[in-house]
Amino acid sequence: MEFKLILFYVLSAILVGSSLAVITARNPVVAAMFLVLSFFTAGAIWLIAQAEFLAIVLILVYVGAVMVLFLFVVMMLDINFDRLRQGFWSYLPLGSLIGILMILEMTIVLGGQYFQVFDTPLPPELADSSNTKDLGLLLYTEYTYPDQIAASILLVAIIAAVVLTYRGRKDSKKQDISDQVAVKAADRLRIVKMDAVKPQPAVTETSATEAGNGAAQ
Amino acid sequence: MLTLSHFLVLAAVLFGISVIGLFLNRKNLIILLMAIELMLLAVNTNFIAFSHFLQDLNGQVFVFFILAVAAAESAIGLAILVVLFRNLSTIHVDDLDRMKG
Repeated sequence: MEFKLILFYVLSAILVGSSLAVITARNPVVAAMFLVLSFFTAGAIWLIAQAEFLAIVLILVYVGAVMVLFLFVVMMLDINFDRLRQGFWSYLPLGSLIGILMILEMTIVLGGQYFQVFDTPLPPELADSSNTKDLGLLLYTEYTYPDQIAASILLVAIIAAVVLTYRGRKDSKKQDISDQVAVKAADRLRIVKMDAVKPQPAVTETSATEAGNGAAQ
Repeated sequence: MLTLSHFLVLAAVLFGISVIGLFLNRKNLIILLMAIELMLLAVNTNFIAFSHFLQDLNGQVFVFFILAVAAAESAIGLAILVVLFRNLSTIHVDDLDRMKG
């Protein structure tokens, strides 16, 4: 058995084990950490398949951004996880039946002789060139418009995430134009009924001495 | 010797595990999102395996697009989750019956 095959088997075992841990972990933080391990291992498997750029992008984007987002959300929300696990094992028979059937069917088809494609050595003009450069050339020539669409999807996602979670500050002093236009006189002006002439306050002893002190000062 | 079917069977196993995960954790939205990420990883592994063994770089470009869409999906999904928790103080799937579905 060649070294590449041994490496593939070891990495596959780690990948399958960590993804099983993701779906059975009691604590979502643990599940997120196992998902990080799965992504790292998948990146290594992609490296075996000589997709160097995408392996690095997987680790940078997924482990660096998406999983950190998951961890933030899991840790920010105060969730009763015990209630979320009610009926966890009661779904196991049906779920594992369907899952294992799917795996068996796909293994029968994909493990057959038609997919025993061997690793042919790359032609020299492809083997010597950089994977990143080739991918970039393809992305910016043939796939320019799909690339733009992907960029706008990401922009929409950014705006949607901000708009969904934005809560305006309660003490902000911004103008509310519709409030200003809809204002009525009664909101701003209070008319108080008063007598035309104020009754004179009776002059008492103390107020007279206070007035005298004020004059002395 | 490493063949294409090694990669494809690995991706199929990964996909099956995440389907089982969807069944097991049907009450917990966060783990559901994680299982969907695992499914996308399996699909991407298929694309990369075919791209490598057929020596065609177009498959890797598609993985690039799938990564972009998956990142957008998980960002919006988590934002919806946060808003949901803020309004209902729960992410239990059974409590999300506002639309009588």
